[in-house]
Amino acid sequence: MSVETASEARASAVAPERVEAPLKGWAGQSVPRKEDKRLVQGEGLFVDDIKRHGMGYLHFVRSPYAHAHITRIDVSAAEAIPGVYGTLTGEEVAALTDPFFQISSPPGAHVKDYALAVGKVRYVGEPVVAVVAETRELARDASELVEVEYEPLPPVVDARRALDEDAPVLHEEAGSNLMWTGVYEWGDVEQAFAEADRIVTIKELHFHRFNSTPLECDAALVEYNRGVGQWTIYTNNQFPGFAAIMMGPALRVGLDKLRFVTQDIGGGFGNKITSHPQLVVCCLLARKLNRPIQWTEWRTDFHMSMSHGNERWFHDTEVAVKEDGTLLGFRTKALDDAGAWLRYEPLGGVIWAQVTPGMYRWRNIRLEFTQVATNKAPVSPNRGYSRMQHLWFTERVIDIVAHELGLDPVEVRKRNYIRAEEMPYETPNGCVYDSGDYARMLDLALELVGYDRIEERRAEAASRGKLLGVGIGSTLDSGTNNFGQSRLINPELQFSGNNEVATVKLDIFGEIVVTLGTTPQGQGHETTAAQVVADILGCSVDDVHVRAGHDSYWNSHAGFSGTYASQFAVTGLSAVKGATEMLAAEIKKLGSVILGAPEEALELADGTVRVKDNPEAALPFMACGAIINANNAGLPEDLDVTLNCRYVYRPPFQPPDVERKYGNLTLTYAAQVHVAVIEVDPETGYYEIVDYAAVDDCGVRINPQIVEGQVMGATAQAIGAAMHEAFEYDEEGNLLTPNFYDYHVPHALDMPPLATGAIESPSPFTPLGTKGMGEGGGAGIHAICAAVQDALRGHGDAIVWDSHNPYRRVWEMLQHPERTRELVEVKAA
Amino acid sequence: MATVASSKSITVTVNGTTYEREVPARKLLIHFLRDDLDLTGSHIGCDTGNCGACSVIVDGTLVKSCMMLAVQADGATIETVEGLAEDGELNELQRSFNEHHALQCGYCTPGMLMSATALLRANPSPSEQEIRKALQGNICRCTGYWNIIEAVKAVAK
Repeated sequence: MSVETASEARASAVAPERVEAPLKGWAGQSVPRKEDKRLVQGEGLFVDDIKRHGMGYLHFVRSPYAHAHITRIDVSAAEAIPGVYGTLTGEEVAALTDPFFQISSPPGAHVKDYALAVGKVRYVGEPVVAVVAETRELARDASELVEVEYEPLPPVVDARRALDEDAPVLHEEAGSNLMWTGVYEWGDVEQAFAEADRIVTIKELHFHRFNSTPLECDAALVEYNRGVGQWTIYTNNQFPGFAAIMMGPALRVGLDKLRFVTQDIGGGFGNKITSHPQLVVCCLLARKLNRPIQWTEWRTDFHMSMSHGNERWFHDTEVAVKEDGTLLGFRTKALDDAGAWLRYEPLGGVIWAQVTPGMYRWRNIRLEFTQVATNKAPVSPNRGYSRMQHLWFTERVIDIVAHELGLDPVEVRKRNYIRAEEMPYETPNGCVYDSGDYARMLDLALELVGYDRIEERRAEAASRGKLLGVGIGSTLDSGTNNFGQSRLINPELQFSGNNEVATVKLDIFGEIVVTLGTTPQGQGHETTAAQVVADILGCSVDDVHVRAGHDSYWNSHAGFSGTYASQFAVTGLSAVKGATEMLAAEIKKLGSVILGAPEEALELADGTVRVKDNPEAALPFMACGAIINANNAGLPEDLDVTLNCRYVYRPPFQPPDVERKYGNLTLTYAAQVHVAVIEVDPETGYYEIVDYAAVDDCGVRINPQIVEGQVMGATAQAIGAAMHEAFEYDEEGNLLTPNFYDYHVPHALDMPPLATGAIESPSPFTPLGTKGMGEGGGAGIHAICAAVQDALRGHGDAIVWDSHNPYRRVWEMLQHPERTRELVEVKAA
Repeated sequence: MATVASSKSITVTVNGTTYEREVPARKLLIHFLRDDLDLTGSHIGCDTGNCGACSVIVDGTLVKSCMMLAVQADGATIETVEGLAEDGELNELQRSFNEHHALQCGYCTPGMLMSATALLRANPSPSEQEIRKALQGNICRCTGYWNIIEAVKAVAK
């Protein structure tokens, strides 16, 4: 049996049905954002801005140990202080709630996760007791009077030691620290290695722990309506649909008892998906103390306890390569460090598979994925969630292979990139890359950094004693999840597909009011939604009022509503388009009755419905709204018009084949190619980025300026992660970077010159030709890693094996290149 | 632990309005502005004085209001983001932030605007490097700063 080729694969691709061509008009323009007017005046409404009469401030008592039994808790001294309203302990939580539903199949399924630590703590910073008081300061002071006695246990901090026989076990119910494991294999891996000319082996690669540290920490204001047993949760949780299905069963209530309200959210980046434990604590205390509960997380608390990005090791990687650099396949063992709890995990164990071959045509892949628990903060989605780790791996493989075989990284990429004419392209695991032209993006990115002069520049830098390096990062931002992929983790799960909701209505005075199920955190949904509506209704974006935020009372949400995983331009805007088209049809129906002309003869323009051939015969939207809502006597009985339209967009997905681990896991695959040019000081390892280009392709851009803003932000986060940001722990499990003193995020002075470029390969599978985007920043980490490796070429030839390369690590690689050389080997097959 | 905080009566003028309030001695200026005066435009993004989201101008000097006690502001004139718009119209800097897409989530924006305001008063024609330096005390996690720098540059004379 021969190895399957990329072109054969294309022929068998099962692509979703193609949809109509994109809109023209407001869409495509860089309309300045509607949101900004309130935000530049300090009139945004963030959770901590909300106040309620009699509210109590919540402060968490947190674990000082990475691993310990709790032997005694005494809250009496804290509760005795005047102004302290009350407390909540793990014991009460265990009595009043059920453990959170676990996504994992066994052994992770056996983990018992509550909103507060019960009986045991498993990481430094874990919430143990909640204290509520009249003021923030008092709540914090009183927390210090809570007595907790611990019996310390040895911690396991390094994921590589978590499965050792003598490793301390975090969750006894699970039997060991193994949370989830699975083998993914597609194509004919044995055959690929048999056909290879060279086998490149890489012993170990490490993707480090960091997150996007949104500037606003997690927060909530929770009120309990005792009469109807309902909580109203003002929050900045960015995925209320997920929070609801976690919280409802835990609190033993139906989802209608949980009303989620968001407005302005100060950054999310995935890090605000898993605040459900803290929200449950707020709910319990609002009910227990009969008063509104205000919780705003402190920065140090966020760093210690919330949503670290998945740390991942890749062991025993083998790559099958032809002499000319054609990649046939790879096998590797991924070891993922979940931290102490599975708050969204082990979904990271499948999300990476959305981009299994990266941008490349290799068809034969085996990946053994193992996720373990450690005594560190729980991981949760972080911009680029799980795909970033995997794409960093594929990009490292490309550059290490090129480095070891003496090939040009540009050539190796171009030889192996999936080609524009192969789109839509079915990957070895059944994902259907919708469109794209990766080679063209690479050319554009190289042009933007002046690549044709790079050798001259290298020589010029050398004359100043500097080592110049160029690196490429080419990645995919897969968007609009098929939640059916969760079944590859746990076949018992009953999730699949995706959805999003919008309502559009025309009110009495002609107001066009749009509600979304999404929870934007800066992505400009109010503006882009208005652009889509204005094009369909033939009005101005200024005439369209898009409600800010999310409110589950609006009835404009569904199970997967929220803002996460690069999907608004597909799910959100398709819902908006659907609802607006329904409204447009209704306006015409009404216009036909009032104007006495057939619907086909009517058009929507200038805020009216009018007769195409006789624009004088027009009915303003205001009249339409007034007639239906307040002046409807005498209308035909069969006129089915409410001017209040709700549309649920449901992307075209099938559940994946669980046996083969095969199927289309996301609807769109936006692409990024970044190129970094750096200069390294060989004396110190200090380096700076002297040129940087980011080229993005997310299909049709509704608002190019907003898209570019996302590209810039993601790039900045990648630069921070690659050079500065890391959640580092000592051997006892203490976080060494618990706030912005020690965790350096880029400042204005850190930013290199940036050139952005874009191409548009419309998605044939989405109603507007758009693709979800915003998470493409991982490309920057890969580009910088590659640039460092390139700069050190001929100066010890170190291999870059870690995603985090602060100056000291570059210095170490210059001093001791042999320590990294040991990690690689080239074998003749 | 302090069970009874001593307090003091202070008078401050914020954006042209004078307030007299009794405040605990330990209360930070940012909490006084946000919680007592309900001026919630200034934000809190850290607990170490690094992020600059709480930046305000006190007696003409740019200050991180989490690094100052409210009682220290007694008698002071304070400017916050709520005072930037002129007669309900966005000022030139605010408009420039909008036009250049210099904000996404908007959480750091009030502090950025106050830092840029202080810079442009002291130096109406800053170079790009001077702008970057003036904003280095303000963290933004959304934009990568490029568009913020462009927005300030566009207002520089």
